Amino acid sequence: MIQLTHLPIDFAALTESVRSTQAGAVVVFLGTVREMTQGRQTVALDYDAYPEMAEAKLKELEAEARAKWPVIEAGIVHRLGHLELGDVSVAVAVSCPHRHQAFDAGRFLIDRLKEVVPIWKKENWSDGSTEWVHPGS
Amino acid sequence: MKTVLKLFARARDLAGSPTLEIELPESATAADLRLVLGERVPSMQPILSSLLIAVGNDYAVPTTLVAGRTDLAVFPPVSGG
Repeated sequence: MIQLTHLPIDFAALTESVRSTQAGAVVVFLGTVREMTQGRQTVALDYDAYPEMAEAKLKELEAEARAKWPVIEAGIVHRLGHLELGDVSVAVAVSCPHRHQAFDAGRFLIDRLKEVVPIWKKENWSDGSTEWVHPGS
Repeated sequence: MKTVLKLFARARDLAGSPTLEIELPESATAADLRLVLGERVPSMQPILSSLLIAVGNDYAVPTTLVAGRTDLAVFPPVSGG
């Protein structure tokens, strides 16, 4: 399942949706809003996306993962909008026959998501300033 | 010919708008689009070289043809997760 949502991510339901009697392993990754980044304090993050392309890229990543590992089910949900400290911004759930496959596929999905899926976060720093996060720009 | 770009994140803030109508030469490539954008929105110059260009749901390379497309988007490096 691929989804972009402005609502809190139900990661328990996402996990349940990838469980299977064919799977010996389910790996779930949650990205959460961190307070401190290199000594600076975050109070909130705002996420924006190019939704059509983001969904297309997430589907491509799922297909790539399925081509590389024996993925039984995979689910990726990314939240958009205003998130507070500790909120879950992204959840990736993967089931595979064996644990090393599930770990590798899950890591691939979150690592590639951060590289190619058109979603952006804006820092709301504790000094009141805001700043888009654009790696390398 | 005229086309409308979708802009996101800092590119949107710098342009002051979520879309931007630009005039592209016939047979324009993504490299040409970048130059036109820099002239049209001078405040984008500092991040111009890092901007990504999408044609439909795919990333363009400098030689990708963009002339005549109605599904162009421009945005800075992504930071989801």
